Amino acid sequence: MQLQVTNSPFTSEQAELINKLLPTLTETQINWLGGYLTFYRAGGSGAAVAVPEASSVPHAVLEAPAAAAPAVPQGPRDATILFGSQTGNSQRLAGRLSDKLKGEGFEVTLSAMNQYKTNNLKKAGYLFVLVSTHGEGDPPDNGLTFYEFLHSKRAPKLEGTKFSVLALGDTSYEFFCKTGQDFDARLAELGAERIVDRVDCDVDFEDAAAGWLTAVTGVLTSAAAPSSAPQAAAGADASISTVQGESVYTRANPFMAEVLENLNLNGRGSDRETRHLELSLEGSGLSYAPGDAVGVYPQNDLSLVDDIISFLKWNPADAVVTGKAGETSPLREALLHHYEITVLSKPLLEKAAAFSGNAKLAELLKPENKDELRAYVKGRDLLDLLRDFEPWTISPGDLANVLRKIPPRLYSIASSLNSHPDEVHLTIRKVEYEAHGRERKGVCSVYTSERLEPGGKLPVFIQQNPNFKPPVNPDTPVIMIGPGTGVAPFRAFLEDREELGAAGKSWLFYGDRHFVTDFLYQTDWQRMLNDGVLTKLDVAFSRDTEEKVYVQQRMLENSEELYKWLQEGAHVYVCGDEKHMAHDVQAALLEIIGKHGGKSPEGAAAYLTELQEQGRYQRDVY
Amino acid sequence: MAKNHKAEPIGGPPSDVEHLKKESNYLRGSLTDSLSNRITGGLPELDNRLLKFHGSYMQDDRDYRNEREKQKLEPYFQFMLRVVTPGGVATPEQWLVMDELAEKYGTGSLRVTTRQAFQLHGVLKWNLKKTIQEINEALLTTLAACGDVSRNVMCNPNPYQSEIHSEVFHWSQQLTTHLAPKTPAYHEIWLDGEKVVDSLEQNGQTAEVEPIYGPVYLPRKFKIGIAVPPSNDVDVYSQDLGYIAIVEGGKLVGFNVSVGGGMGMTHGDTATYPQLAKVIGFVTPDRILDVAEKTVTIQRDYGNRSVRKYARFKYTIDRHGLDWFVDELHERLGWELEPAREFTFDHTGDRYGWIKGKDGRWNLTLYVQSGRIADTEGYPLKTALREIAKIHTGDFRLTANQNLMIANVTSQKKTKIAALLQGYGIVEGTQYSALRRSALSCVALPTCGLAMAEAERYLPTLIDKLEPILEEAGLRDEEINIRMTGCPNGCARPALGEIAFIGKSPGKYNMYMGAGFSGDRLSKLYRENIGEDEIIDTLKPMINRYAAERDGGEHFGDFVVRTGYVQAVTDGTNFHN
Repeated sequence: MQLQVTNSPFTSEQAELINKLLPTLTETQINWLGGYLTFYRAGGSGAAVAVPEASSVPHAVLEAPAAAAPAVPQGPRDATILFGSQTGNSQRLAGRLSDKLKGEGFEVTLSAMNQYKTNNLKKAGYLFVLVSTHGEGDPPDNGLTFYEFLHSKRAPKLEGTKFSVLALGDTSYEFFCKTGQDFDARLAELGAERIVDRVDCDVDFEDAAAGWLTAVTGVLTSAAAPSSAPQAAAGADASISTVQGESVYTRANPFMAEVLENLNLNGRGSDRETRHLELSLEGSGLSYAPGDAVGVYPQNDLSLVDDIISFLKWNPADAVVTGKAGETSPLREALLHHYEITVLSKPLLEKAAAFSGNAKLAELLKPENKDELRAYVKGRDLLDLLRDFEPWTISPGDLANVLRKIPPRLYSIASSLNSHPDEVHLTIRKVEYEAHGRERKGVCSVYTSERLEPGGKLPVFIQQNPNFKPPVNPDTPVIMIGPGTGVAPFRAFLEDREELGAAGKSWLFYGDRHFVTDFLYQTDWQRMLNDGVLTKLDVAFSRDTEEKVYVQQRMLENSEELYKWLQEGAHVYVCGDEKHMAHDVQAALLEIIGKHGGKSPEGAAAYLTELQEQGRYQRDVY
Repeated sequence: MAKNHKAEPIGGPPSDVEHLKKESNYLRGSLTDSLSNRITGGLPELDNRLLKFHGSYMQDDRDYRNEREKQKLEPYFQFMLRVVTPGGVATPEQWLVMDELAEKYGTGSLRVTTRQAFQLHGVLKWNLKKTIQEINEALLTTLAACGDVSRNVMCNPNPYQSEIHSEVFHWSQQLTTHLAPKTPAYHEIWLDGEKVVDSLEQNGQTAEVEPIYGPVYLPRKFKIGIAVPPSNDVDVYSQDLGYIAIVEGGKLVGFNVSVGGGMGMTHGDTATYPQLAKVIGFVTPDRILDVAEKTVTIQRDYGNRSVRKYARFKYTIDRHGLDWFVDELHERLGWELEPAREFTFDHTGDRYGWIKGKDGRWNLTLYVQSGRIADTEGYPLKTALREIAKIHTGDFRLTANQNLMIANVTSQKKTKIAALLQGYGIVEGTQYSALRRSALSCVALPTCGLAMAEAERYLPTLIDKLEPILEEAGLRDEEINIRMTGCPNGCARPALGEIAFIGKSPGKYNMYMGAGFSGDRLSKLYRENIGEDEIIDTLKPMINRYAAERDGGEHFGDFVVRTGYVQAVTDGTNFHN
């Protein structure tokens, strides 16, 4: 985007300088600069990096640490990197940091929070926490116990520990990055020294995270002994955004996958629609494992885009900035492909307020109206905002500044690469509902349902999810609970087990509304049962009987056997709706463990926590 | 008595179904387990075979089959339930139950079959048991509505001779009960072991489970019908065993017995053919159960159990000869039939409208297209009948022509019923062309698994196109029996249609002609594999010529034989010649 006095905090001279510089920069240089600026702020408490010498600092830090070394005291040689990750982003970023630091000669301990021996915490020299936030400000599954430990009285004093936190989240949620913020505050409270300021990342986290990684690496290498980092210079390149051996196609550079098949899995007469998408990965070099997800960049709804443009009486052909390097697109194109227009958030409203001549918007943003604000943003979109707070003095360029980039949607992969080479299958339920007097459409689901034909292309990337993986040992029994579209990854699990000839037992719990029309992948399961790939299948269809039945009832009906499987070492996987299903399923598991294991509620909870820590209770819930 | 004709039962390895029956432990099989399997809405093949004995077929909506396969969904499995109503008679209370069950568990409509039974379609597996329980609570049953046993016994609903009807109806009930399977499996599986009415009580603890049928039941289905001349509405010659009521001096004195009829055949196999039953003698009413039982046991012992398509009773008789059968029957009876008495049939169709019986009660015969009791746009037939059932004090009779009689109506109720019908715009049928009124079709697509072409859904359209031709030829009120089935199994008795179509593939039919108007002569193949245009092109000149050249009241079937379009079929064995 072109910086101007009006859309940035810079003076016109500053803006001019930056505008002159930015278009000349390569991707690598941009990434580097992002990191540098973060570091500049983190370390920039004064004279050490005074402005006139600024240009030499990166040199000193990243290209010639030897030269800078005598100026700073030698820091610790070990780094502990802890991640709490639900969908794998934090974990992946933690892995990158680990690679970087190892490359700099550090002793790195990389661990999921729930795998980490907390009695080592006191000894940690550098401690880096990368964690996401879910639902109502909750930690991810594998971060929960560590979070509780650190916030308890048992947490050790951490004077002498140097730390930094990278928080992942989504600004459209009220408790944006809360878990990361909590860790950040608590570590400081325990006496640890913050060496790089926390960075809170929105769903479009790549640039911000890369900046944090560079900053962290910069601080450590500048603090480290010169002899131990001979290859430091090599670290200062773009490898931060690509991991060796991976495809060139990433979140930031999605692959345009051809649609091979796009069909509705719900039979005629169903009140639901679930698309089964088969995409070609041919030529992409992309690969995935069961449990991974695909990120999809959707297009917004045509009619919503047109309604917004016509409401503002703009010309759909007006150019607006859509690229990092200031590339522009026609307004209509920009709103269709580049910006999120279906979700409102507090930061968005705050930015927008500058362009609204309606006092009610400023009023709504006052701290005392927090509850009203929360109620307002729920279920409303940009068009509502525009209509509700007229008049507007906003330009297309301003609007682009107010909006955040359209985030990719993640879908658990429903296929095994072993049984479908060069393909990936997705299961996407169409979301449509009425709210605030208008019909609302799920962006990606409606796009794939209504506007994506076989032969068309979809921008995708693979999102690894190391926290949702079938057992390594093929003989280990698996219990899979996946009602609705939650069943998708289990198709991948089972297909993969079939290809591998896994001997372990498998048990699937599935549910939806109606047997006749909503039994997703019914014939696949029937075939797998027949062939012995799937050992047991229990189903619950909630709307076929007067009394609604759900998967957790089926679990309880089979409680004795289910407990027996657990005792035999079965792994339990839950995928699907978080709010109700995952909660009820967990309650059922606790009841079963309590009943057949003769345990108190606390005992059952401890049993389940242990399963979780052993990686035997994994969830992919949303 | 001396037995002149010896015969050995036909040999050959028993068919799969025979093994299945034998191993089923009197029709139990693994039905209970299969019914509780939640992963499929269907049944495994073996249990589906057994289910027929319990009055149900698994079907799937074939309109959905291909798209569901792509959607990774199994076929839209559903069940047809057939309810045994001897002579087609149901009380108003029973009517209301069936009406409600169709809404609650079925597709919303009821079907009157060509054998005077009710059919419910579209029942899901999970609802099968509840539906059957509610049917039994209404003192109806589905037991033996299908399967290798004696089926629903048909009888003429007779709007004229009310006193004869009540006697004949009584015997159809007696025959049904006498030949019903006695296995407790039905009650165990569907009624939780309880018997609703003790009509099937066994003689004692030591009695055989199936004293008539034995453990493997019959080689194929077995059909019995009772006709009351001059009406041959039940197509008595199409039955394995027929009784023709002999009324002398206004009293039922007994029945002529006919044996060996049957409609089914297999495309491309000339060893299979439709056959008409032959009259073999006369019995007094008190002896008809005995005759039926012994006839059934002869078929049980001599029928072909190796090849099912050759297993019907007609082939058993044709194989061994009629004389052999009569001898065998006499031997098993221990007495002989009397010589057959005189009788005359003059039609097979129904007589529409209000007719007063000899007892002074009224009977209304209503035309029902393809036997489908449904509410369609502008024609709320099902609703109207429900309202009538609520006030009706007589009975309902399903006719062999898939029509409905509201029977035994007092003069006072007649006014109310007529008013209800008028209120809902329901018409008796007399305003339809005679061709439409005489039409008969089976269910076929989308639910029947055997169908190769449309029948119920298509015949009305074909008639729409034939009516103007008949109108122009001045034949609007000329009854011509027209019948259509989706396959050659013959549910709508096409081999007795003056014009008949048997499905070969979607949109293509074999066309048969020349059956006797009163059901006494089979039709003959006239054109193979023809579609609608050829059907019209073939029939149009023929109809015009019929209008111009017919002899007096000559029927269409007789005309096409006389003028040489087809040869007369004198016996099923020369049907293919």
